[in-house]
Amino acid sequence: MKKILVAVKRVVDHNVKIRIKSDGSGVDTDNVRFSMNPFCKHALEAAIQLKEQKKAEEIIVVSIGTKKANDVLLTALAMGADRAILVESEQDLVTLNIAKALQKIISEEKPELVILGKQAVDTDANHTTQMLAGLLNWAQATFASKIEINNNIANVVRGQEEVEFNLPGVISADLGLNKPRNVALPMIMRAKKKPLVIRKIGEFNLDLKPRSKIEKTSALPTRKQGKIISNVDELVDEIKKITNNLGAT
Amino acid sequence: MRVLLIADYDENKLSPKTAKLVSAAISIGKNIDILVAGFDVKNIANEAAKLDGVSNILLADDETLKQQGAQVLCNLVKNIADDYDAILTSVGTIGRAFIPRLSAVLDIMPITDIIEIISPTTFNRPIYAGNAIKTISNLQDKLLATIRSGSFSPVAKNNNANIKEIEFEKITSFVKFIKSIRTDNNTTDLSLAQIVIGGGQAFETKENFDMLYKLADLLGASVGATRAAVELGLAPNESQIGQSGKIITPKLYIAFGISGALQHLAGINGAEKIIAINSDPEAPIMKIADVAFVGDLKEILPQLIKKLS
Repeated sequence: MKKILVAVKRVVDHNVKIRIKSDGSGVDTDNVRFSMNPFCKHALEAAIQLKEQKKAEEIIVVSIGTKKANDVLLTALAMGADRAILVESEQDLVTLNIAKALQKIISEEKPELVILGKQAVDTDANHTTQMLAGLLNWAQATFASKIEINNNIANVVRGQEEVEFNLPGVISADLGLNKPRNVALPMIMRAKKKPLVIRKIGEFNLDLKPRSKIEKTSALPTRKQGKIISNVDELVDEIKKITNNLGAT
Repeated sequence: MRVLLIADYDENKLSPKTAKLVSAAISIGKNIDILVAGFDVKNIANEAAKLDGVSNILLADDETLKQQGAQVLCNLVKNIADDYDAILTSVGTIGRAFIPRLSAVLDIMPITDIIEIISPTTFNRPIYAGNAIKTISNLQDKLLATIRSGSFSPVAKNNNANIKEIEFEKITSFVKFIKSIRTDNNTTDLSLAQIVIGGGQAFETKENFDMLYKLADLLGASVGATRAAVELGLAPNESQIGQSGKIITPKLYIAFGISGALQHLAGINGAEKIIAINSDPEAPIMKIADVAFVGDLKEILPQLIKKLS
């Protein structure tokens, strides 16, 4: 195959403990660390490994977001993508519009395979892969934990099943798929020499009418610490106390 | 509001998730139909017809629907979508793969992973690994959604709904099913289990981790694992509990050697009681557990198995 397209999202780093704004208007994203969505890293790693196996010639990485998404694209180029496209949007886009923008890029770039992360760890939506496959009327395989490409056929292990399809198709990456490589600073510096094209969301003619309204964002009720025990007999009692009330399971 | 639900079933048995989905649907609309799509699924339709509050069972029985793939389901449902104001599935492998695809085809933005229904158009769903809840209202004239069935109680089964076989266009999916990769270790689906035992990377070896299955047998529990344990190969992929894995809502969750990373806690927050066993009293999971036991799991687990045998 000639091209694989991978889309990546810039999100609040998954190790950051988030704070909800006191007025309930959302999650406070000022002065917090951002990084590439972990699942997107797995998607990109899968593409790079396919290129290393000589199954693909070129990897195009796309990110849709503010100017700052530039930094995750640099990380992607440093990991091994060949060129990048940043679609700048100051407005937060719903997943359906993200999928439509990607559809347009795909119609221009004509990749045979698209790999995305299964979900972004901020909105936890888990939509874009399936939407894109629906818009393109392509094969989809979500939650991939293994991808093999041979003679234009993709063999994918997803959850508890193994499936196959003829390219083109859209795959979403799960955690078990691979171990994404780390990038060192010199690689980021070299990545700056790779092509990065900036486009504006305006040229995609998306329908931006609101489809839903976010009423508020609230924190979870927190669980309180219970009792501390120190011998196995007590542990047995505690387990029995709960399980005896269950009846037949 | 006319509501269409997609039935969940497993190996020729209607899943308990469907009865919970019906109870969620009752808070959204009055006329509730259930689509039973698959191959040789007439007995599933008969089971679904017993669920209280359901008007019609639509039965689509054909070999092309055997795997309930997203593409074939999408093709089937898009042609009857005009008859409904809301189309709902539970959160599971099939619903997650199918609803967003259908959304794109119908040009409707879906609302997924609903944990609470505030009104027929306003819902709560978790974001940021379950560390925040977003309250969202649908402004479109149709609702496409997935529901976390664990958050709803099932309806009773005293009904006798009408079963209608439906005609539909048969298509062959681009995606060919090769084989099922099931592990026999789990007695029940983790997301439905009443008791779940979880193991973390502290087990170090698969031999150690496998002790959990012995305990699970004694308690009638299912075994889950953290992301780290799955990555170390101690447990299979599908046993991963957390934001990116399974969301569990058992009566009891027993966590062995699990520190309690944010993304794991997101998956267990729905557990009624949590018992944690960890050598580190400062581990985050020990701060939220109803019962915390400080100790070495390699000593405690064999003793526990012996005492419960």
